[in-house]
Amino acid sequence: MTGLSIKNLSMRFELPNGDHVQALQDVSLDLKAGELLSVLGPSGCGKTTLLNIVAGFLAPTAGELILNGHKVTGPDAERGMVFQQGALFEWMSVRENVGFGPSMKGTPKRDKDETVNHLLDVVGLQDFKEKAVYELSGGMQQRVALARCLANDPDVILMDEPLGALDALTREKMQSLVLKLWKETGKTIILITHSVEEALLLGERLIVMAPRPGRIHKEYRLPFADLGVDADLREVKKHPEFGPRREEILNMIWDMEEEIMGGKEDAA
Amino acid sequence: MIPLLMYIVIFVAAFFIVTKVVQGAGLHDYTSLKTVTFGDESAVRPNRAAGIISILTIFLMWGIFTGSSLLPGFLHAPGPFEGTTTFTYTAQADGQSPDDATVTVVVHPREQATEAPQVDPGDGFAKNDSAAIAQWRTGLINVSRNDDITKKDGAQVIAINGQKIAPGETVKVDGGTVTLSDKGTPNFEPTKGWQMEPLYLPAPEAVWTRSLEIVSSGFRNFTLLEHLGYSLFRVVLGFLLGALVGIPLGYAMGLSDWFRGWFDPIVEFMRPVPPLALIPLVIIWAGIGEAGKIILLFLAALWIMAIAARSGVSGVKISKVHAAYSLGASKWQIMRHVIIPNSLPEIFTGARVAMGVCWGTVVAAELVAAEQGAGMMIMTASKFQNTDIVIMGIILIGVIGFGIDMLMRWAERILVPWKGKG
Repeated sequence: MTGLSIKNLSMRFELPNGDHVQALQDVSLDLKAGELLSVLGPSGCGKTTLLNIVAGFLAPTAGELILNGHKVTGPDAERGMVFQQGALFEWMSVRENVGFGPSMKGTPKRDKDETVNHLLDVVGLQDFKEKAVYELSGGMQQRVALARCLANDPDVILMDEPLGALDALTREKMQSLVLKLWKETGKTIILITHSVEEALLLGERLIVMAPRPGRIHKEYRLPFADLGVDADLREVKKHPEFGPRREEILNMIWDMEEEIMGGKEDAA
Repeated sequence: MIPLLMYIVIFVAAFFIVTKVVQGAGLHDYTSLKTVTFGDESAVRPNRAAGIISILTIFLMWGIFTGSSLLPGFLHAPGPFEGTTTFTYTAQADGQSPDDATVTVVVHPREQATEAPQVDPGDGFAKNDSAAIAQWRTGLINVSRNDDITKKDGAQVIAINGQKIAPGETVKVDGGTVTLSDKGTPNFEPTKGWQMEPLYLPAPEAVWTRSLEIVSSGFRNFTLLEHLGYSLFRVVLGFLLGALVGIPLGYAMGLSDWFRGWFDPIVEFMRPVPPLALIPLVIIWAGIGEAGKIILLFLAALWIMAIAARSGVSGVKISKVHAAYSLGASKWQIMRHVIIPNSLPEIFTGARVAMGVCWGTVVAAELVAAEQGAGMMIMTASKFQNTDIVIMGIILIGVIGFGIDMLMRWAERILVPWKGKG
């Protein structure tokens, strides 16, 4: 059985003052191999906690996580992660960064070089492969991060706001790249984002999470990711369903934020 | 006071000459076009001309106030009086009318021994006297010693050059001043001028000649290179041992709860103890030989390196470690490929600080007790009042300390080019 299955996941942090935070409560989700899921939600809804549990950096207080039939207990190369920024190794060149995973596994040099060269072509950084990563622009650095993750050929790719720090134009190009890579490689992808548009454009499935306790509020299946694979994303945004969906989700998140603020005022 | 005023005048004058007159039509790069420079740190760049003039001014002032032969004579500050001068004293005794006599004083450079000249005794009961006094010194002139009526018989000096004088009072004469001592004997003090006595500050060329002499013939059984070499050897060995122990210790403290808990109190306590305060204990334990100095420098470098390595580990962004784990790296691979390279910039900063502290500590330790070394050289020289060697030593210590820092910066640029780029 392939795919990722999240079963009744709960996460509860005890605070030093005796209080506790219920970061996640009873979250269940099944993801088939090759699905692209985007996750939205106001801050504090536990979406990063969810991603960290899937990556294996955190152990949940209840529930379990099954990937391709076995239980997830810690980080592993089968689940690659792309971070927002600053996760590249600046003491290595672009080529060495992309080849990091294969090097750790002890892949023969020729195979490794082939993989790295291919991926650098895919992300369009062949000319920059001997450069230091800090010499690259923010968009190029995120391309390196994508290629580094793909070089390991993981089953699942976890993206924690990978495009959050990029300017609007670069971000649009990168969104197309993510879609292209998704289609070409057929990877299962979980993408966390703050941008409703990005979540709509890239998410084949989309979940909106709600805070206190962190839970899945609503789930959508969307056509835009498939449309966007071959088309200009700006054209996709003109789709008659796109605008209403965006408004609906924006309102939903807006209401949740209001509730949080209101709750705080009551507490005060 | 006068040197300070001169220095300020040179500073201000050079500022106006260079910035308003000479550099008025300077280059127009981006920074020079900034209108806000006061408060914009990046717009403040060291003025090259100011740097050169600053160094020249130091040597100029040094030359002016030591009468350096490198400067033309008219630039010298007034020097001490040298030559022959005379003054008269008036002696009075019971039953005699006051009688004048002349005192001839020869003021000579210190290193050139001079006899008091022969003078004609003259008439009256007070006889003429003579004396030889070295520059920057004073001399009591027992004028009544050869008189017909001496102090014992009740004669006293009542005036110098016709001016009335009482014990404790001073009269200006040609080439100096005369003060009557409590017991009534004239004390001649030649004019000192504004220059420094070579004993306190030798002229630049004197330091230079002495340096050449020490380079060729050594100092206290060791050549100059051996003295400096010993100091450097102690610093390098002590530092390397400190780094060898301190860096793994710091890593362990950054990676393990137990190590952190165990060594934190020790490191936090030892860090603020100045290494100089350990010198007495190290001497008691290890004596004044090489072992004691190496131990001292080891201790000086150890805590600095441990703290640098610890903060290098703590400074690693967790996303880098997470990324490496999810790329399939093992703990050891993360250590080797992520934690160590990520901590190198911090370790280099620590190494620069540690080398600086070690260099200062070795000189201080050698001041206390050593057979050889830069510190021992200047301490021994100061005991024999060889100020020129002391100044030479201080300059060399400064140059070497600066050189060490430059070398570390250079190594840092070559070895950790990613510093501050994370």
